[in-house]
Amino acid sequence: MTALPDGQADKSMTELLLAVGRSQDIDAFETLFRYYAPRIKAYMSRGGGSASAEELMQETMVAVWKKAALYDASKGAASTWIFSIARNLRIDAYRRERRPEFDPNDPAFVPDEAPAADVAMAAFQDAGRVQRALLSLPADQATVLKMSYFEDQSQSAIAAALDLPLGTVKSRMRLAFDKLRALIGGDPS
Amino acid sequence: MSVIHHLNDDLLVSYAAGALSEGWSIAVATHLALCPDCRRRAAVADAVGGAMLDDLDAAPSEEKSWQAVRARLTSGSESGKSRSTGRPQTLPQPLRDYVGGDLDGVRWQALGKGASQLRIKTADRATQVRLLRIPAGKPVPEHTHGGRELTLVLTGSFRDGDTIFARGDIEDADASLTHQPIATPEADCICLAVTDAPLRFSSWIVRVVQPILGI
Repeated sequence: MTALPDGQADKSMTELLLAVGRSQDIDAFETLFRYYAPRIKAYMSRGGGSASAEELMQETMVAVWKKAALYDASKGAASTWIFSIARNLRIDAYRRERRPEFDPNDPAFVPDEAPAADVAMAAFQDAGRVQRALLSLPADQATVLKMSYFEDQSQSAIAAALDLPLGTVKSRMRLAFDKLRALIGGDPS
Repeated sequence: MSVIHHLNDDLLVSYAAGALSEGWSIAVATHLALCPDCRRRAAVADAVGGAMLDDLDAAPSEEKSWQAVRARLTSGSESGKSRSTGRPQTLPQPLRDYVGGDLDGVRWQALGKGASQLRIKTADRATQVRLLRIPAGKPVPEHTHGGRELTLVLTGSFRDGDTIFARGDIEDADASLTHQPIATPEADCICLAVTDAPLRFSSWIVRVVQPILGI
């Protein structure tokens, strides 16, 4: 594992993604592709589904190209946005379920109180900081998180695989997330 | 009025990880539409996913992958306009899509004692998702759970013991809890209920009619 130096690499990824969104900059997109494509392929091959990891990676990267104009850097780092696209395609391919998501343009949507959100967002846009926080987790908590994020395992599947009570899995996830939030910020309470 | 009862972190993390099944995810996403606080926490959970993606060991990309993707890139891009109706809505997205419209179009199915429900279809067989309408001042039949139950208030409010739940609030109950939610007297209470096993009602009479009523 190589942590990015103080989020610098990710900062440039964010700038590249913005360039793709602004002007369909093919050179910027190629640099993004060289960095993310192998990672997305590794991510897709861990889900255990039958769909081809290569095919899902290509679909993700084509979606990144098409949707780049929708990327809002104030909401998170490039890797966060690209992760969410990959995750949704994986759910669709492996579980054949919809992923319900809120719509910020919906009349019933309750918007952010803007200033608080700006302050909170700043810290975890720094991908290097998030990576360092992850490295500081105790092994048992990190395992539960990785099984959720990489292997698409439900809490009960993780409990069965690790031979733990369901309550222990939930509490490890909560402890891990508490610690990450304390290190990364993003929660005023 | 802001939300007081929030999502537990294990739900937020599982949702961000993509590991939460569709039924639970409807309750999480609908709560997020109503709760800026939980959206901030959800953004942290998404950032964890991004950092994990960065951390994956990656072999260099193959040239033929790049050529294949390059050939699929077209010049059109998606714009951010969603088809917002502009009209005030009670049910937030994504719930409104699952219900097929807002509350005024719901065809309720009677549950007895004035309560009614609408079953919501999903591809997720491990959960049961429905809207419940409880008449003002009336209880939901007392029940225990085979597992977890998430109840998200959409209109009105209910009291469970000493606690009041109003629009946007979520109650997260597990198998050990026998509870008796009662709609507050001012108005009918409509909520989204997601369970991971059919509810077991405490009274034998309700247990006998449960399969007939489909609750």
